[in-house]
Amino acid sequence: MSLFDWFADRHKTAPVARNPQELPADDGLWSKCPECGLVVYRKDLLANASVCKGCGHHQRIDSEERIRLIADPGSFEPMDTELAPTDPLAFKDRRSYADRIRDSQQSTGLRDAVVTGICRSSGQPLALGVMDFRFMGGSMGSVVGEKLTRLIEAATARRYPVLIVCASGGARMQEGMLSLMQMAKISGALQRHQQAGLLYIPLLTHPTTGGVTASFAMLGDLILAEPKALIGFAGRRVIEQTLREKLPEGFQTAEYLQDHGFVDAIINRTQFKSTLATLLHIHKLNGNAAIGNP
Amino acid sequence: MARRALLDFEKPLVELEEQIEQIRQLARDSEVDVSQQLLQLETLATRRRQEIFDALSPAQKIQVARHPQRPSTLDYIQVITDEFIELHGDRRGSDDQALVGGIGRIGEQGVVLLGHQKGRDTRENVARNFGMASPGGYRKALRLMEHADKFRLPILSFIDTPGAYAGVLAEEQGQGEAIAVNLREMFRLRVPILATVIGEGGSGGALGIGVADRLLMFEHSVYTVASPEACASILWRDAAKAPVAADALKITGADLLKLGIVDRVLAEPSGGNHAAPLQAAETLKTALLEELTGLRSLSEEQLLEQRYAKYRAMGRFLDCVSPESTLSS
Ligand SMILES: [Zn+2]
Repeated sequence: MSLFDWFADRHKTAPVARNPQELPADDGLWSKCPECGLVVYRKDLLANASVCKGCGHHQRIDSEERIRLIADPGSFEPMDTELAPTDPLAFKDRRSYADRIRDSQQSTGLRDAVVTGICRSSGQPLALGVMDFRFMGGSMGSVVGEKLTRLIEAATARRYPVLIVCASGGARMQEGMLSLMQMAKISGALQRHQQAGLLYIPLLTHPTTGGVTASFAMLGDLILAEPKALIGFAGRRVIEQTLREKLPEGFQTAEYLQDHGFVDAIINRTQFKSTLATLLHIHKLNGNAAIGNP
Repeated sequence: MARRALLDFEKPLVELEEQIEQIRQLARDSEVDVSQQLLQLETLATRRRQEIFDALSPAQKIQVARHPQRPSTLDYIQVITDEFIELHGDRRGSDDQALVGGIGRIGEQGVVLLGHQKGRDTRENVARNFGMASPGGYRKALRLMEHADKFRLPILSFIDTPGAYAGVLAEEQGQGEAIAVNLREMFRLRVPILATVIGEGGSGGALGIGVADRLLMFEHSVYTVASPEACASILWRDAAKAPVAADALKITGADLLKLGIVDRVLAEPSGGNHAAPLQAAETLKTALLEELTGLRSLSEEQLLEQRYAKYRAMGRFLDCVSPESTLSS
């Protein structure tokens, strides 16, 4: 199934189809950069991986677009599309979790906050997981944990490298401790993948925080990030409250993490696929039992 | 014995306890035989206390779990072990006082013990950062666990933290990375790991030493994905809704047993562990030794396989493809 077919199919089988009237107001011909105000044709912005040509601002992109930028055309085979969230705690804050799920499913056409699958990137096999921030802030509940675990297990079995594109506010509170335990579950699967001598790369995008940072986002053999992405464990407000003073400049940006030794490289999105190709290729040289050599 | 701090829901007991004290005083000062009245009142007080503690709400359990006199990691270690030597430092430049550990002996069994450590008073709490560990604490814990793995010593981990420390330095030193690495590496350790939530289990900061073959939890301990205060201010936009959030988040031992997250809930003495710390320690010691015996019959392979399978099964979701939606758990 091609990527296009899959998305077409997904829109058909999703709980409720996307309503065109619910598309964002700026979803027209033109797009204005929220950072520098540059106005460009939307198709030109998309052709530049949604990176502003004026200031380099990386606009948030959804999982569909991210997969298009990483996977070779027609190569993405989605996994576990049938997994959907339930409401194990019957959780209700100002709104019920069930309602929040339904709204996110309707507005995104996704069943939960991650899309996983096997693909080729620049001709090389890759197990790819992409979090989608639009779905409840990319929060990690049971479905995100299960899909990523199955992806990593599949990659271990086939001896594939894993790339997970992170975009998440952390654990999903509405599933309580079940969400927290997904951190352990995914980390356990990564331990086996690592033990098999295979390559794992998380790509940290804006924002990557909380329980995702304290688990698979920080467990890469190589940890890559997008420019200016917010990356951190604790929320800025929480730290400000503890500290009662202003935070240092650039605190919790990708650049800040790189300065402190927690990010290997910051890659412009327009360069990401070619950089990934180089990395995957080099790790296969020298008869290394890694990575996508069956 | 120093007078213990009273929690608001214990107030109904105060009057009774004062009466008992007065009668005792009377008995000391005179020759009147008050034993009958004393017995009646004490029985009543015991029953009242039991009733109150049997019906604690999640928010009230949090108060018990955070009680300043609730036994701490070092308290339990002192009672449980026959010998204990505290070991310091992460070998990376720090020795976190909020996460302590060392090597010990229980009978003829060598163990590595570690856990979050809160302070008894303000001064000690400042030194111990209220049990909120820094990256150095999690790295110290991992170093001790690696040691345990090398010398085949079972690991006893005690969880008692409001959460991992949220501060600028903690972020700079990689709080997320430190916890993450522990989560991954704990799946590799070839020795039995027993974790017990002795007080409050606060989110990733608790899990960072909490990947275990068996997870135990005291009756009035709590374990939560996010503090009810934070959850209330984010989801309810009102921190005062914390008790409601505490209820919704399902943080008690009974709830977590049902969700398949906790393996065993340990009964507390009447009035909570702080009312009878030695009894609590005996309960814990007995349970840990039982669990250890069970795990020691497994081969290393079986142990690792079971640990993986235990976490692999956690989560609840729908599988929409199946003929009828099946609930996986
Ligand atoms: Zn711009």
